[in-house]
Amino acid sequence: MIKAILIFNNHGKPRLSKFYQPYSEDTQQQIIRETFHLVSKRDENVCNFLEGGLLIGGSDNKLIYRHYATLYFVFCVDSSESELGILDLIQVFVETLDKCFENVCELDLIFHVDKAGLAGAPARAVSAVKNMNLPEIPRNINIGDISIKVPNLPSFK
Amino acid sequence: MALKMVKGSIDRMFDKNLQDLVRGIRNHKEDEAKYISQCIDEIKQELKQDNIAVKANAVCKLTYLQMLGYDISWAAFNIIEVMSASKFTFKRIGYLAASQCFHEGTDVIMLTTNQIRKDLSSPSQYDTGVALTGLSCFVTPDLARDLANDIMTLMSHTKPYIRKKAVLIMYKVFLKYPESLRPAFPRLKEKLEDPDPGVQSAAVNVICELARRNPKNYLSLAPLFFKLMTSSTNNWVLIKIIKLFGALTPLEPRLGKKLIEPLTNLIHSTSAMSLLYECVNTVIAVLISLSSGMPNHSASIQLCVQKLRILIEDSDQNLKYLGLLAMSKILRTHPKSVQAHKDLVLQCLDDKDESIRLRALDLLYGMVSKKNLVEIVKKLMSHVDKAEGTTYRDELLTKIIDICSQCNYQHITNFQWYISVLVELTRLEGTRHGHLIAAQMLDVAIRVKAIRKFAVSQMSALLDRAHLVASSTQRNGICEVLYAAAWICGEFSEHLQEPQQTLEAMLRPKVTTLPGHIQAVYVQNVVKLYAAILQQREQAAEPEAAQDVTQLMVERLPQFVQSADLEVQERASCVLQLVKHIQKLQAKDVPVAEEVSALFAGELNPVAPKAQKKVPVPEGLDLDAWINEPPSDSESEDEKPKAIFHEEEQRHVKQRQPEADEEELARRREARKQEQANNPFYIKSSPSPQKRYQDLPGVEHIPVVQIDLSVPLKVPGMPVSDQYVKLEEERRHRQRLEKDRKKKKKKDKEKKGKPRRHGSLHTESDEDIAPAQQVDIVTEEMPENALPSDEDDKDPNDPYRALDIDLDRPLADSEKLPIQKHRNADTCKSPEKEDVPVTEKKIKKLKKKEKKHKEKEREKKKGKEEEKVKPSKHKKKKHKKEKEERSKDKKKPKKKKPASDGAAEPVENGALDEDPLPPMSSYCLLAENAYVKMTYDIQGSLQKDSQVTVSVVLENQSSSFLKNMELSVLDSLNTKLARPEGSSVHDGVPVPFQLPPGVSNEAQFVFTVRSIVTAQKLKGTLSFIAKNDEGSTHEKLDFQLHFSCTSYLVTTPCYSDAFAKLLESGDLSMSSVKVDGISMSFQNLLAKICFHHHFSVVERVDSCASMYSRSIQGHHVCLLVKKGEKSVSVDGKCSDAALLGSLLEEMKATLAQC
Repeated sequence: MIKAILIFNNHGKPRLSKFYQPYSEDTQQQIIRETFHLVSKRDENVCNFLEGGLLIGGSDNKLIYRHYATLYFVFCVDSSESELGILDLIQVFVETLDKCFENVCELDLIFHVDKAGLAGAPARAVSAVKNMNLPEIPRNINIGDISIKVPNLPSFK
Repeated sequence: MALKMVKGSIDRMFDKNLQDLVRGIRNHKEDEAKYISQCIDEIKQELKQDNIAVKANAVCKLTYLQMLGYDISWAAFNIIEVMSASKFTFKRIGYLAASQCFHEGTDVIMLTTNQIRKDLSSPSQYDTGVALTGLSCFVTPDLARDLANDIMTLMSHTKPYIRKKAVLIMYKVFLKYPESLRPAFPRLKEKLEDPDPGVQSAAVNVICELARRNPKNYLSLAPLFFKLMTSSTNNWVLIKIIKLFGALTPLEPRLGKKLIEPLTNLIHSTSAMSLLYECVNTVIAVLISLSSGMPNHSASIQLCVQKLRILIEDSDQNLKYLGLLAMSKILRTHPKSVQAHKDLVLQCLDDKDESIRLRALDLLYGMVSKKNLVEIVKKLMSHVDKAEGTTYRDELLTKIIDICSQCNYQHITNFQWYISVLVELTRLEGTRHGHLIAAQMLDVAIRVKAIRKFAVSQMSALLDRAHLVASSTQRNGICEVLYAAAWICGEFSEHLQEPQQTLEAMLRPKVTTLPGHIQAVYVQNVVKLYAAILQQREQAAEPEAAQDVTQLMVERLPQFVQSADLEVQERASCVLQLVKHIQKLQAKDVPVAEEVSALFAGELNPVAPKAQKKVPVPEGLDLDAWINEPPSDSESEDEKPKAIFHEEEQRHVKQRQPEADEEELARRREARKQEQANNPFYIKSSPSPQKRYQDLPGVEHIPVVQIDLSVPLKVPGMPVSDQYVKLEEERRHRQRLEKDRKKKKKKDKEKKGKPRRHGSLHTESDEDIAPAQQVDIVTEEMPENALPSDEDDKDPNDPYRALDIDLDRPLADSEKLPIQKHRNADTCKSPEKEDVPVTEKKIKKLKKKEKKHKEKEREKKKGKEEEKVKPSKHKKKKHKKEKEERSKDKKKPKKKKPASDGAAEPVENGALDEDPLPPMSSYCLLAENAYVKMTYDIQGSLQKDSQVTVSVVLENQSSSFLKNMELSVLDSLNTKLARPEGSSVHDGVPVPFQLPPGVSNEAQFVFTVRSIVTAQKLKGTLSFIAKNDEGSTHEKLDFQLHFSCTSYLVTTPCYSDAFAKLLESGDLSMSSVKVDGISMSFQNLLAKICFHHHFSVVERVDSCASMYSRSIQGHHVCLLVKKGEKSVSVDGKCSDAALLGSLLEEMKATLAQC
């Protein structure tokens, strides 16, 4: 299961956060801060897994992250998830954002938080119940022909 | 009013939207907090507006602020308002905000139940979707209970988008409301074979997640998953299934054998690394489960290790990490095959990536042996020195200790070396694991007797250098080791070279800066030291020196007396008084040493940490019984003040008597035992003679082996663990030489003429290394009869425990999900925007009442349950049996609850204390013979207008094994059995399971129905093969399925205003029946109609009620039920006259039985 999805920038400012367990606002910020500290210390060419340990839940959990330009995408998951699968998922998530915003950058996330949240809907549905379900996406990941159905945003707004 | 609205909306044009807020925050970098608090004030104003668009905008901004860490729970009510907006754009904002900030503690959450239900049944799939997504984040036990049935219906929605979400959210519902698991499981299982891959993978996910926690309940699904695994091409689903198999194989080794081949194929064929990795992982799990039974899988292990090596050698750090992770799993069972790759692991230890180093450390744990322990630890120690960052250093430290202490120190040949390693570790700064080192020091010093002298000398040196260690006084810091050092020096003070010096070190003023618990130990051990010194001095006949020591104590102890820590203060003042007293005695030249040492006579033995828990309750001791009669509550003091004295005197006399008479006591005990034996509620202690409590053996019974020291105990200078490496090598070399010499002698003696084999051929194997000290490691004491139990580690609060539910047992129909029927107390109207809060508040109050009542009931049941369960604590032997019993106990109340609740619910405002209904079952007998009994129930669903599901429970009544069961039905023009594609009308439908003797299970069959207005009967046959010891026979059982009109009705709640409109519309035809001679109460009558005929109560006034239901094809059915003296009349209105006619006939039959 996915326990939380955190997106923050190189300075630790949260850009999008979603916790799938109730935490108080203070704890959430604390978790984001600590995660940022853990992740930001790491070099570019080290592995993308971190034992989250005390952060959320316990030792069963892992932090799986990717760093794109100015943004960190961190997924906190437990042992029932495939590590490599989540890495692919992050990739898909970012590509989805890219399609929504055309060359996504940090500012897009800042100014369109609500839309970004929605673009994450597939990833969200994933985590909606903290589970992986990307009906359209998964089939492609390992094959390479990514064709993501982005929920048509304009009709919602 | 209108003007105000227009004016309001013009004003609103200048409101900030989310973008403005974000921009504003970015422009106010310096005074962000101030700006935001100003914004929050604005938002508060906006929330007061009537305009829903304004509110939505405000809530949207709040959601953003929540992400930045601002508490927005105060706006919970406004969020609910926005959630109930009719426009999707607003609704979505509301649900998003709710999913961000609602949780179980949010009190307004119960107001949302109806809103969510409305959204769930909304015609727009997006409304339903957003409600499901939101609900998943804030579902509470109450919501789960109330909405479970609605969500279950959505699992068969026509749109895969909804089905998928509904399947996923069921997992959350199960967690919060475990009772729903069994009723919902058959449908969940169905979804595994959903045509839509998304829904399918959702179902796989949910079941995997459930099975991960309680795998044994899901073993029966293994064949289905096996089929999926071999047929699916979706890697994500495959990964999940393979992971699930990894959890199942330890329980069923046969499954493992079957898995090996397809998994190996996958490993060879797949190009996806993630899949490959998971396959390897599961193969490892399989091998682990097989390792005991089947020795010959070395090929598979080789394959795994080989693939993993490729991963580890890959330049991609991620793969390297995962490779090491999987390697550590193999290590546990097949250490040999991993040890071959030691080079690789040691190489990874130098990797620049911390995660990878940590994984490599894990692997090291299994690679140490007597031979290489010293070398490996040396390498780790050098890493400790180099490591930057305390976390990694702490990890190294714990690993060193883990590696050394594993399996009762089996790899340590030289404990002096270990102690010096520990002492070296104390030089680490800023570690959080001081207590770990301390615990090791204590453990080794206590359990390895031979090392005590050395340990004491090291510890006293440590106490001398305490100022270095104690610089950081944080708790759990390195200063914890002083705790151990002080204790060891005190307890084993007879080994101290210079006790006086150590005593002074422990009494330094600096000590008072240490944490309280350490100071307390200091005080205690100072006295031990003091006793030892006194003894020494008096034996040496130096009374003055002895008095000097006392003087020192009297001078220094007051610093502890002033401590702020209570423990230290208490101990210190106690000790101070004692020492002062000794001083007086000494002044009179009285020898005191003997008596002071007597304070600490005897030796302390190591006790296992769990020992206390495992002490069996001695026979005859009832921990729950009152020792004295509890004071009664009714007794009030000011009523009869005098009587108390009087009575007390009486009681006194009574009590004294038995004490005097020993015989009388024995007699009474016997009588009490007799009484207990006859009292079913008294928990009897098990009669097993083992349980009898026995005295623990004394110290001398602990086996201690003689120690043969071949290494000089005192190592010159400061001990550095490295020295030991050299020493150790020398020692081994010596040993080897000696051995060779002996061999030589032997050989020379025995075979003088034969040419000698070359001595250097001798290779050192692990067993050959004799330990430097023949050390007996004293085992920790455990109480007699302590039984090993694995239950110790289970967390009783684990939410997944509640989901440990047997899923193969067929559903009892009392277990059905509570179907929400309308609470009819006050005439409820359909919620419209304005009066939502009002009506809902009423409901809330009602609910609270109901809840309280239920809780009381639950408590009662719990009490009973506990009484039943208690004995099990005492009889651990019958563990398994009892577990079953317990689960039965648990199930019993569960079974009853929904039935009685379900029956009482619609009319709960009536007197609940009326006679309760017997549990009702909608399953009726289909057919029965010597082999099998069939009962069935028919249900329709609103989603499919021409389909009904027939659930047939098959119960094996014979001692034969029933298989190849097949159900064939003669279709009529109107009703047809849905058969798998491609099969002809005459084919039967196979039953998807087999039945061992005595087992029952439920199968579901779908029928398509064209017209539902008349009842019908279908003839059919169940054919099966009954197999027993004598052979197998082909058997048949004919039956007749009765499709009553009732089975086409689906319970649907209806609001009273909608109901009134429906009646007014005039396009319903009417009919009525009357039944005489009914004695049942009206309430139970209604409950019966609701249950058997799928109606819900719309409104009830005295002995008159209106009811509503809907057929699967959309016919409305309205009833007016009136109860007279001894009769009941039912007036029905329905959009189809024929349907109404048949329904009323059926109802008449039911009522006639009342």
